[in-house]
Amino acid sequence: MKVVNQALPSIDGKGLMMGKKAYTDDLAEPNSLIVKVLRSPHPYAKIVKIDTSKAEALEGVELVLTYKDFERRPFTRAGQGYPEPSPHDKFVLDNYVRYIGDEAAAVAALTEKIAIKALKLIDIEYEVLEPVLDFETAFENEVLVHMEPEIHEMFPIGFNPKKNLAASYHMHVGDVSKSLEESEVVIEQSFYTQAQAHVMLEPHNVNARMDYQGRLMIYSSTQTPIHIRRIISQALDYPLSKIRIIKPRVGGGFGGKQAIHGELLVSTVTIKTGKPSKMIYTRKEVFESSYSRHPMRFDIKLGATKDGVLKAIDCFVISDTGAYGEHALTVFMVAAAKVFPLYNKVDSVRFHGNVVYTNHTPAGAYRGYGAVQGNFALESSIDMLCHKLNIDPVKFRQKNMIRETETSPIFKIMGEGTEGIEMFMESCKLEYCVKRGAELVKWKELFPRKELGNSKVKGVGMAIAMQGSGIPYIDMAAATIKLNDDGFYNLLIGATDIGQGSDTILAQIAAEALGTTLDKVIVYSSDTDLTPYDTGAYASSTTYVSGNAVLKAGKEMRQLIIDEAAKVFDVKVEDIEYDGVVLKTKDKEITLKDLSNRLFYNEDQKQLQVTSSYYGTKSPPPFMAGFVEIDVDKETGEVDIIDYISIVDCGTTINPMLARGQVEGGIVQGIGMAMYEEVLYTKKGKLVTNDLMNYRIPTRREIHKLTTEFADSYEKSGPYGAKSVGEIGIDTPPAALANAVYNAVGVRITTLPITAEKILMAIKEKEKGEN
Amino acid sequence: MKVKIIVNGYKKVYDVAPDEYLLDTLRADNFYSIKRGCDNSSCGVCTVLLDGKAVQSCTLLSVKADGHEITTIEGYQEEAKKLSEHFGHQGADQCGYCNSSLALTVHAMKTEIKNPTNEDIKEYLVGNLCRCTGYEAQHRAIKLCLEDEE
Repeated sequence: MKVVNQALPSIDGKGLMMGKKAYTDDLAEPNSLIVKVLRSPHPYAKIVKIDTSKAEALEGVELVLTYKDFERRPFTRAGQGYPEPSPHDKFVLDNYVRYIGDEAAAVAALTEKIAIKALKLIDIEYEVLEPVLDFETAFENEVLVHMEPEIHEMFPIGFNPKKNLAASYHMHVGDVSKSLEESEVVIEQSFYTQAQAHVMLEPHNVNARMDYQGRLMIYSSTQTPIHIRRIISQALDYPLSKIRIIKPRVGGGFGGKQAIHGELLVSTVTIKTGKPSKMIYTRKEVFESSYSRHPMRFDIKLGATKDGVLKAIDCFVISDTGAYGEHALTVFMVAAAKVFPLYNKVDSVRFHGNVVYTNHTPAGAYRGYGAVQGNFALESSIDMLCHKLNIDPVKFRQKNMIRETETSPIFKIMGEGTEGIEMFMESCKLEYCVKRGAELVKWKELFPRKELGNSKVKGVGMAIAMQGSGIPYIDMAAATIKLNDDGFYNLLIGATDIGQGSDTILAQIAAEALGTTLDKVIVYSSDTDLTPYDTGAYASSTTYVSGNAVLKAGKEMRQLIIDEAAKVFDVKVEDIEYDGVVLKTKDKEITLKDLSNRLFYNEDQKQLQVTSSYYGTKSPPPFMAGFVEIDVDKETGEVDIIDYISIVDCGTTINPMLARGQVEGGIVQGIGMAMYEEVLYTKKGKLVTNDLMNYRIPTRREIHKLTTEFADSYEKSGPYGAKSVGEIGIDTPPAALANAVYNAVGVRITTLPITAEKILMAIKEKEKGEN
Repeated sequence: MKVKIIVNGYKKVYDVAPDEYLLDTLRADNFYSIKRGCDNSSCGVCTVLLDGKAVQSCTLLSVKADGHEITTIEGYQEEAKKLSEHFGHQGADQCGYCNSSLALTVHAMKTEIKNPTNEDIKEYLVGNLCRCTGYEAQHRAIKLCLEDEE
């Protein structure tokens, strides 16, 4: 392969570093009205009076919006395919506010200063209600977060607002109680994961104008332009054909930009005033008023034989979706569906529980999407089981984990919000990943620990993980390839580059299929008027689903070119030889450049263009083994992460360097979740960690060394053998680090993040118990 | 009120409000390399050089820049290109939102520290957050770029 599997530089890095105009706010109209939101200071309240007359009278205020300005059309912000597996439980503005930061009213004004002043002039009276702030007691609580008659589920997802349920779920394979009874060794433990924030560096922002044809034209920093267009149309009852969404360069997403944010208010302002408008979330708003990862409690039981064969996994989960139920069911299901098949030889599995409403900032899509939470619980508890069995955790996994050609009944039972698809692992190099990772971390030498003197001790830990490659039979992607004169191409894709490098890798796939070089493929993504359908950047779908669409389009275009050359030479198609540059037959030849010019200007003129679509009929999981070496200071509880080793099977890497970037970025985001990113609320439900001074993401200082390698793997159904790689990196750090801490100092931390304070307190507790 | 600022070598006069931040003044003048990130000087994407020193424009009042020289990456295009070559080869490009400010801070580091060690580089750039890359590829690229210039 000449272009695919090559570490080529990204096609856009240079211009971005030079500071070119590229991101959403760079493209706002200079005279945009500034939209600001009045946000609730209460975790739960009813608006009993709202008087906007003083705000409206302020000079420079163009519009004030309250719930009275909107029809009651419930929707979900989730940004998923339609019908969504998330409850329609949100109104653009409502007469109830359900968390601190929820939208109570909005102002559009000539300047930001006037808008902020106007917010203060809105006379609003709340009837403050008792909130639900403890997600563990939210189910069947007498306080209900949602009581609106209009809200509904789109199909059965276990939605029951009378019990504070956004969704609920139950599945089982075999008889788990019986398996646990028969197991010689059983462990039982609860684990807690926190509401991690995405912290993409570009805040949510959007701007709108009415174009010269009277259409609503929006630049949005989004992962899902097509879904955004649909949600605006449905929520505002505005014709779909009159909306155009352009996704320019996006400054990071990580799932945080899958949902719709300011688009509905900005659209309303521009539709009502006819004037351009824009909205940029403050960082505080990004923290408080967008959404985070679903915090979860896992109650997990494992059963095994005494020689280390895992027999049963029993897991009850409570997930906190906050005030609105975005991705409630699907994130919940992924916590098992993309974790438990790792151990496919068990006799029985049970996975059940509730996704509850609370008066917290909502939860939603976030890289890892349940799998990282589930991985922390399962892979921590597997190590606890190994300790009880006195078996090396590496050996236990080698004995019990899924292998190539194998399957798990869970694949068929659990999809995302619906039933799943039976799948056999046509590519699964976990055995290699584990073996190689153990070698690199020097497991035999360092497991479980090595005293370093000076109160420090070295420990190693590991975890294995899987993810998916798109959602089968739901995610569809299309790609258009257009041949230009001089023989270069346009690749038009709905796939949404949010920084992960999909424009580059999709161009690589196209170039490979067309037999050309990367510079001859001009990529454009994405614009709902110009680019074909694509679900967007989520569910690790782009490389596999969009990549397959691009591959198909490339092959079809190549064939069209050959067909045209056959006509030129008046020979059979089979008699044409084509290397991507020159088309030959016997004694005659024509370059693609000449052929394309002839097709435009001279003979039998036509535009060659193809559009191809692809949807997955399965979702081949990428796999990885994560190994970590840490030094723990027993006197302070501080952890130094010496090296994080990732051995990844994502099939062929379309661009090995960019794939590595995906893994390493995921690893560090996972390290943040595991070690640093503490989420704190006051007793009254106010988020304390609402800026980057209080919410600590990893800096360069914490990251000493990342070692990343790829297994030699080929997924037959993927484009040039590729699987997706966007999420898998984030899955292992929480469990691998918890396991490493246990191996180093003998304390098991079961709540994230694993702070120095928790480690030290656990060490003290343990010492107390020993004395 | 009027402030006189030399931006990338050009004399500019801006009419600013007393409580206006330099980030807003410069973005309104189409300096797109300066990004809005955190609003409180903790992420680094709004970095500009004030008389050669890296400062955060999201909390620097425009009036404070009166009479000073401000440099953005628009003023160091060749240097940005050179660093971006290394970023490209190391796979260090992701969303790009922090890249311009990082390039500018690397420039400031070079003027302050001769032959920086790994630790010097990490310490100097610690305020330039990146959520995409995990830092490793950026670090390799920056080191190679520094070696190249020696």
